[in-house]
Amino acid sequence: MRERPRLALALLAVLLAALPFLIGTGLGNSWVRVLDFVLLYVLLALGLNIVVGYAGLLDLGYIAFYALGAYLYAWLASPHFGLHLPFWMVLPLGAALAGVFGVLLGAPTLRLRGDYLAIVTLGFGEIIRIFMNNLNAPFNLTNGPQGMNLIDPVSIGGVSLGKSLEVAGITLPSTYLYYYLFLAATLLVIVVAMRLQHSRVGRAWAALREDEIAAAAMGINTRNVKLLAFAMGATFGGLAGGLFAAFQGFISPESFTLWESILVLCMIVLGGMGNIPGVILGAVLLTVIPEALRYIGDLQRATLGQVVVDPADLRMLLFGVALVAMMLFRPAGLLPSRQRKREFSAQDGVAEQEQASLYDTKA
Amino acid sequence: MSAPALLQVSAVSKRFGGLAALEDVSLSVGRGEIYGLIGPNGAGKTTLFNCMTGLYDLSAGHIHLDGAPLHGRKPHHIVEAGFARTFQNIRLFANMTALENVMVGRHPRTRAGVLGAVLRTPGARAEEAAIHNRARELMEYVGLKNKGRTLAGHLSYGDQRRLEIARALATEPRLLALDEPVAGMNPTERRQMSDLFLRLRAGGLTLLLIEHDVKLVMDLCDRVAVLDYGRKIAEGEPALVQRDPAVIAAYLGGDEA
Ligand SMILES: Nc1ncnc2c1ncn2[C@@H]1O[C@H](COP(=O)(O)OP(=O)(O)O)[C@@H](O)[C@H]1O
Ligand SMILES: [Mg+2]
Repeated sequence: MRERPRLALALLAVLLAALPFLIGTGLGNSWVRVLDFVLLYVLLALGLNIVVGYAGLLDLGYIAFYALGAYLYAWLASPHFGLHLPFWMVLPLGAALAGVFGVLLGAPTLRLRGDYLAIVTLGFGEIIRIFMNNLNAPFNLTNGPQGMNLIDPVSIGGVSLGKSLEVAGITLPSTYLYYYLFLAATLLVIVVAMRLQHSRVGRAWAALREDEIAAAAMGINTRNVKLLAFAMGATFGGLAGGLFAAFQGFISPESFTLWESILVLCMIVLGGMGNIPGVILGAVLLTVIPEALRYIGDLQRATLGQVVVDPADLRMLLFGVALVAMMLFRPAGLLPSRQRKREFSAQDGVAEQEQASLYDTKA
Repeated sequence: MSAPALLQVSAVSKRFGGLAALEDVSLSVGRGEIYGLIGPNGAGKTTLFNCMTGLYDLSAGHIHLDGAPLHGRKPHHIVEAGFARTFQNIRLFANMTALENVMVGRHPRTRAGVLGAVLRTPGARAEEAAIHNRARELMEYVGLKNKGRTLAGHLSYGDQRRLEIARALATEPRLLALDEPVAGMNPTERRQMSDLFLRLRAGGLTLLLIEHDVKLVMDLCDRVAVLDYGRKIAEGEPALVQRDPAVIAAYLGGDEA
C-alpha cells in the first residue's frame, strides 16, 4: 500500500537530482541559471505564503526582507568592509535580521487590515529600498545605486560554488552547484512550512484569517500570532536574499523594487494561496514564462527580419491577461488549498462574517 | 459576607455616541449558577457580553471574575482567566472542519510554538495528540460524534450552535456565556440543549444565558436579570421576575412581546 508513494518519491528525487543536467543539455546552460532563480522565487513565495496565505495578512513590501538578507550577506562577506565570514554564519544571521525587521515593520501595522495594511507594507518595502539607495554617504554602508559587488560565493568545505567543479570526470558548472544548494534550502523550507501549517500555530493563523474576533474569543493572542507570521515569512525572505547575494556576487537596490514584491505576491495568488504545491507552481510559471518570452524577440527577427513587438511589453501584456483570466476562471488559484477554495466560493463568505457586526439588533 | 461571586459586574455603562446601550448595570453570578439574562431586542444583552469578554471597552464600571479584574483586559486574557462565550450570530471558522474548530479552542491551554512544530519534538507531538483527543471528546460530549470531518459551515444550524459550545468548552472555562444558544431550534433540539446545559452545570460549570424562550429560562435558570434600554429593571428568581410589573411593561411596551 505504501509502495506507490515511496516509488513516486524516489522518482521525484531522481528527477530533481538530474534536472540541471537535463535542462543544461536540452536547453543550454543559461536555463540552469533560470532554474536557480526559480528556486529562489519558490523560497520567497513560500515565505510570503506564510504571511498572506496562512495568516491572511496582505503584505506588499515583502521584498524588503529579501533585500535585508542580501545586504547583510554583502556586508559580512565581501571586500566592502573587508569581512569574509563563512556562509553558514552569514545566512542564519541574515534570516534572523530579516525576522527581527519582520516584527519591527509588522508591529505598527497590527491594527490595519486589508487595503490599509497593503499600502503601509508597500511603504515599508520602498523605505528599505530607498535607504539602500542612499546610504552611501556620509558613511558608505550600501554603496548607493551602484550596489555592492565581489560578494563571496558560498564555499562548502573549501569548495567554492562560484567556480565549476570537476567530479569523477564530470564538470559541474557553478550554476549546477548552486542548484543543489538552493534545492536543499527549498526542501528545508517546504518541510518547515508544512509542519507549521499543521500545528497549533498554523491553526491559530488559519483562525485569524477566517475571523479575527472569533479567534480572539478563543484565547488567541492575535497580536503575537500576527507578528509571528510576519517574522516567519521575513525569515524565509532573508534566507533567500542571502543565497541570492552569494549566487549573483553583486546586489543593488534595483533588484528589490516594488515590482518584485508584486511579482512574488502574484506567484502565490496565481498558484493558490495557502497551498504549498500551488505556491511552487506559481513561482515556477512566473519565472519560466517571462524567460521563455525572451525568445519571441529572436523568433521575430528570424521570421520577420525585425522585432515588431518588444518581448518586455508582451510579457506585461500576457501577465495582465493571465491575471484577469485567473480572476474570472480560477479565483482561488491554479492549485488552491481546500480551505482557501471554500473561502473563495463560499456564498456567505468569510469577509461577510468578518464584517458582520457584533450586534444584530436593528436600533 | 459569603464568598465573593464568580462574576461581579459593577455599575457598567457602555455608550455608542449618544446611545446608552448599557447604563449602570450591576449583577453578580454565583458559582454553579445558571444565570439568565433576558430583555427585549436591543436591550443591551449582547453588548454586555461583548463588554465582559473584552471585545468592547467599558465606558464606565468594573467587571471581576473570581475577584480578578476583567475590564481593560484583552479578549485572550479573559479566556485564559476562564471565561468563554458563544455568539448570537454564529462565528465559527466556517471553512475549517468541525474538529479543527474545537482544536483551535485548545489554544489558550496549550503551549507548542514554532520550534516544537518545526522540530516535531516529543513534547509538541504529545501535546498535538492530546489536543486532538480532547477535541474529539468534546465533540462527542455535545452530540457531534461523527461530524468531526464535516466543514463547520456545512453543519446544520443546530449543530453549528453545538459546535460553538464545544469550541468554547475546549478553552476550559469556569464561566460559559451563551448568547441565544437555542435560537432557531425546534422543541426537540431545545430539550437536548437544556439537557446539555444541566450536564455542564453538574460538571461544575457556571452558565450565563441570554435567552428569549421563556419556558427554557423558567426551567433552567436559578436567577435571571432583565435588561431594558440598557438598564437592569429586575433581578431574581424567574417565577418572581415574570410577575414583576416593570418586566411585563417592558415586554408589552417593546416592539417584541
Ligand atoms: N458596536 C455598536 N455600535 C453602535 N451601536 C451598537 C453597537 N453594539 C450595539 N449597539 C446598539 O446597542 C443596543 C443594544 O444592542 P444589543 O446589545 O445587540 O441588544 P440585544 O439585547 O438584543 O442583544 C442596540 O441599540 C444596538 O443597536
Ligand atoms: Mg443580542
